[in-house]
Amino acid sequence: MQDFTRRVLLQGGTALAATGALTGPALLEFAKAWAQEAPFKAEPGAKLTLMRWKRFVPSEDEAFMQIVAAFKAATGTEMNVFSESFEDVQPKASVAANTGSGLDLVWGLHALPQLFPTKVVKMNDVADYLGKKYGGWADAPEKTVKHGNDWLGIPIATDGGYMTYRKSAVEKAGFKEFPKDFPGFLEMCKALKKNNTPAGFALGHATGDANAWLHWILWGHGAYTVDQHDKVSINSPETFKALDYCKTLSETFIPGVASWNDSSNNKAFLAGELYCTSNGISIYIAEKDAAAKDPKMKELADDTYHALWPVGPVGKPTEQQLIMPMLAFNFTKYPNAAKAFIAFLMEKEQYGKWLEASRGYLTQTLSAYDDAPIWKEDPKNWVFSQASKRSLPISGIGTPGEKAEEAIANFIVVDMFANYCTGAKDAKGAVAEAERQLKRIYRT
Amino acid sequence: MADLVLAPRRARREIREATTWDQLKHNRNWLGFWFMLPAMGFLILFLAYPLGLGVWLSFTDTKIGQPGEFIDIGNYQWLWDDDVFWLSVFNTMLYTVVASAIKFAVGLYLALLLNENLPFKAMLRALVLIPFIVPTVLSAIAFWWIFDAQFSIISWSLKHLGLITHNINFLGDTTWARICVIFANIWRGVPFVAITLLAGLQTVQPSLYEAATLDGASSWQRFRYITYPLLTPIIAVVMTFSVLFTFTDFQLIWAMTRGGPVNATQLMATLSYQRAIIGGQLGEGAAISTAMIPFLLAAIMISWFGLQRRKWQQGENND
Repeated sequence: MQDFTRRVLLQGGTALAATGALTGPALLEFAKAWAQEAPFKAEPGAKLTLMRWKRFVPSEDEAFMQIVAAFKAATGTEMNVFSESFEDVQPKASVAANTGSGLDLVWGLHALPQLFPTKVVKMNDVADYLGKKYGGWADAPEKTVKHGNDWLGIPIATDGGYMTYRKSAVEKAGFKEFPKDFPGFLEMCKALKKNNTPAGFALGHATGDANAWLHWILWGHGAYTVDQHDKVSINSPETFKALDYCKTLSETFIPGVASWNDSSNNKAFLAGELYCTSNGISIYIAEKDAAAKDPKMKELADDTYHALWPVGPVGKPTEQQLIMPMLAFNFTKYPNAAKAFIAFLMEKEQYGKWLEASRGYLTQTLSAYDDAPIWKEDPKNWVFSQASKRSLPISGIGTPGEKAEEAIANFIVVDMFANYCTGAKDAKGAVAEAERQLKRIYRT
Repeated sequence: MADLVLAPRRARREIREATTWDQLKHNRNWLGFWFMLPAMGFLILFLAYPLGLGVWLSFTDTKIGQPGEFIDIGNYQWLWDDDVFWLSVFNTMLYTVVASAIKFAVGLYLALLLNENLPFKAMLRALVLIPFIVPTVLSAIAFWWIFDAQFSIISWSLKHLGLITHNINFLGDTTWARICVIFANIWRGVPFVAITLLAGLQTVQPSLYEAATLDGASSWQRFRYITYPLLTPIIAVVMTFSVLFTFTDFQLIWAMTRGGPVNATQLMATLSYQRAIIGGQLGEGAAISTAMIPFLLAAIMISWFGLQRRKWQQGENND
């Protein structure tokens, strides 16, 4: 039997802890030691109900539940964890916020804490503790959860979305490497269409995928929904340039993108009908998992590569990534247990293992995990390690908050581009509609 | 002896005037009121209160988790000039009118068919019910697959038959998307209409048909002057419910299109949900829901005052 002393475990001096490989009894021993030493103490007899998004990578879910079990055993806190699909987390959290009951903790998409800033437990002490211990927070995740100087939640991880492409198709299109700028990207997509190996990006109400790539195009041209002072600025020459670029680009896409939701591009890519799209690493993981049984999937996995988003005329990355905060409601009876759980979750001893188990689907938000082994063991994983650092907050250059989140939730940018690209509206009409809705949201 | 002692007391009681409490306890009208009270309580708590709260919210700028302030008709003024709202009104009307009309026509046809002496009648009736017993979300997901831009079985079949060369962009094209969601709603709704009308048909006395046949009535005349008038009360109820269910449909649209593409299938119910729950603007979402009430009332009124005229039911001309 291994002898894990409290000191050894907490100093992270063992090989196990250094590689983030605590499992089973070792994880439990660490949890017990942590519960005694950590600044956050769960209330005796605490019971927490946590709602999280439904797993996309089974091993991630298993690792998460192991951490939950260790925390429960070490602190005596009862944990009831249940999951909902990404899009159902927010409505259910909203109902809990409004009724003041039902949930203690929620882990979901970026919008959550800013939608009900007065209903959450301030996490300043947890953020301070973790930030100091693990090299500080990435910029966008920090901004996403902060309201003034208050942390409304903790950005647990980012679900990075990047270019996923078939290397053979890109090479056949005449590109030795994936384009790094907008003109190159457009040329590549045109060539892909010509070769009958089209690209495709969601133009429907796809919360993650559509918002991500369309904001990337908008921001890449230097256009924003609001300026630094939260004044609506969508009606700008840059927006019209972005619209024109997007329309030309969309003409190269596989048909049907206007109806796509978040899973459509996965299906089309895995079916071999789509050759370039933006997505999390889930497509590649699905291919690798199926490769052992299906030679075609092995071939597909070998040919699938990832790339950073090309940079627009503004000359710097303008990515919108899915930052995923966890928050505790202020009506919970056990705020200290909630804080303790979040702090425990992000300790290196298990966070590293959890990242590993997520297989690149989750990206760290604390700098100390930048060199986690998961990013090096397969070179195709690496781009996803950049998600938290390269992303802008959901608000672009404006103030993160409920207004920015509402604009995202109502698909204002997505509908503006979709209206123009599908021919439903001309450019002026599409921008006018978006401007009007934004002015409503950003009214004082 | 005891009677003698008690007698004066009884006399006193008999001459005492009935108090209010006595009235409340023994008056038959009040007794009816007491029996109705639990039902009234339920109605007030679960129907009137949410409706009233929704209407009140529509006059406020309430957001999720934040109390709002009274803003008069601010939400309605905003919606009045909101293109997306009016598009959702148009979509809802189109969806309701087209789907309800076709559901009625197909449902009535099926009901008449199933009322005949067909072989395997019981099995056929059970088959007709299948769309109704499949959970809405499951059937919506099935239709989402059927109409998928890349994997549609319809496109696949037509391509293999050589009738088309490219997939039909079912849910990505605004017109096609509207047709698809209406079709899915009809598929789901027809069993309700058919089975309910069939129940109505079975209450019609066969002797009426026999008499009409002896008088030389054609099948159309038997339908026009016997079946239809006697079925009218059932039709009124079925169509009222059918219109209400269709007008307030949410699950089918949300699972299939999320209101897309470019809001072409956005109904008032889905827009209300998007603005109120996803977007956090409870006041605005409540205003959209409240704006549905006049349409729903109109549907009920048409049914009530139009289809339930007694003379019409009896096959006579309207005055």
